[in-house]
Amino acid sequence: MTADVLTADLVEYVLRVGDDALVAAQRLGEWSARAPEMEEDIALSNIALDQLGVARAMLSYAGELEGAGRGEDDLAFLRDDREFRNCLLAELPNGDFAVTMARLLFLSTYQLSVYEELSRSGDDRLAGVAAKARKESAYHVDHAAQWTVRLGDGTPESHRRMQAAVDDLWPYTHELFASDGLVKRLADAGVGVDPAGLREGWLGAVSSVLDEATLNRPADGWAPGGGRDGLHTEHLSYLLTEMQVLHRGHPGATW
Amino acid sequence: MTNEARRPEWGLWEVFVRPRRGLSHSHVGSLHAPDADIALRNARDVYTRRQEGVSIWVVPASAITASSPDEKDSFFDPAGDKVYRHPTFYEVPEGVQHL
Repeated sequence: MTADVLTADLVEYVLRVGDDALVAAQRLGEWSARAPEMEEDIALSNIALDQLGVARAMLSYAGELEGAGRGEDDLAFLRDDREFRNCLLAELPNGDFAVTMARLLFLSTYQLSVYEELSRSGDDRLAGVAAKARKESAYHVDHAAQWTVRLGDGTPESHRRMQAAVDDLWPYTHELFASDGLVKRLADAGVGVDPAGLREGWLGAVSSVLDEATLNRPADGWAPGGGRDGLHTEHLSYLLTEMQVLHRGHPGATW
Repeated sequence: MTNEARRPEWGLWEVFVRPRRGLSHSHVGSLHAPDADIALRNARDVYTRRQEGVSIWVVPASAITASSPDEKDSFFDPAGDKVYRHPTFYEVPEGVQHL
């Protein structure tokens, strides 16, 4: 495999990781000033900023690797939805608090296992960012698990909402672990992580939380995908419109 | 509308944080939470964002008994003129640790 193919693959891969974090950050930011309690407002904003930090590091790196003069801002604010590489799970609407916590549980548990593997990457830049992100993700998983357990093993109303959230989001978790030629090449080169090998660990971790929360684990069935190839749900373009409108309206502006 | 009136399950907790180079926990503020574990995590999010500390205690506010400002004079003034209570009349031998 030539160095050019490896670099092209790496740009795509870094965008996948970075876009997951960027879209997750944007969704969590929507809770600012709207969370159920002030302390939760701060917690969700902190988590959003953690995600944004990883997104910035990844997008900056992708721009450097690409070598076409695009920086983190260009990549975040000037790409259309067809160019984004995030998983569908990240772009779904926040829904109620139960949906937000279920998504945070599923996504963060996945991100934690990716960062743990990635911290051993042959690429020093990725390994460094992943080593730091791993600690942040561990806290995100804990936060989501605390609430999932309390809401699941809570009142009939909270249990109903939490189960509905788990049921509705479950189909979107399969895409997280879909493999393709690109991740296989990068995994063989010791640089990237093939997520197919992560599902078993993820299932174990998530199942133990669902059990404690007295929630049912949905059966595997419909498995929507396409996010890694730029084929997204209708939700992403609305999210990007809001996220990008300021930058597109005032190109080159700084604070 | 006060927070207590809206959510009685979310009790008040007092937060104590020990800084990295400190030996004791200091009171830094309070917050609301439904139970101890959430209170601890809320304290981490609200009171250690700027690296204020490495250890957190959360205590239900109802568990704290505080001295009353009305009793301040009789509680604390009498200790003001009893110099014999201060350990300043002997020399510490060399090599004695943690005295």
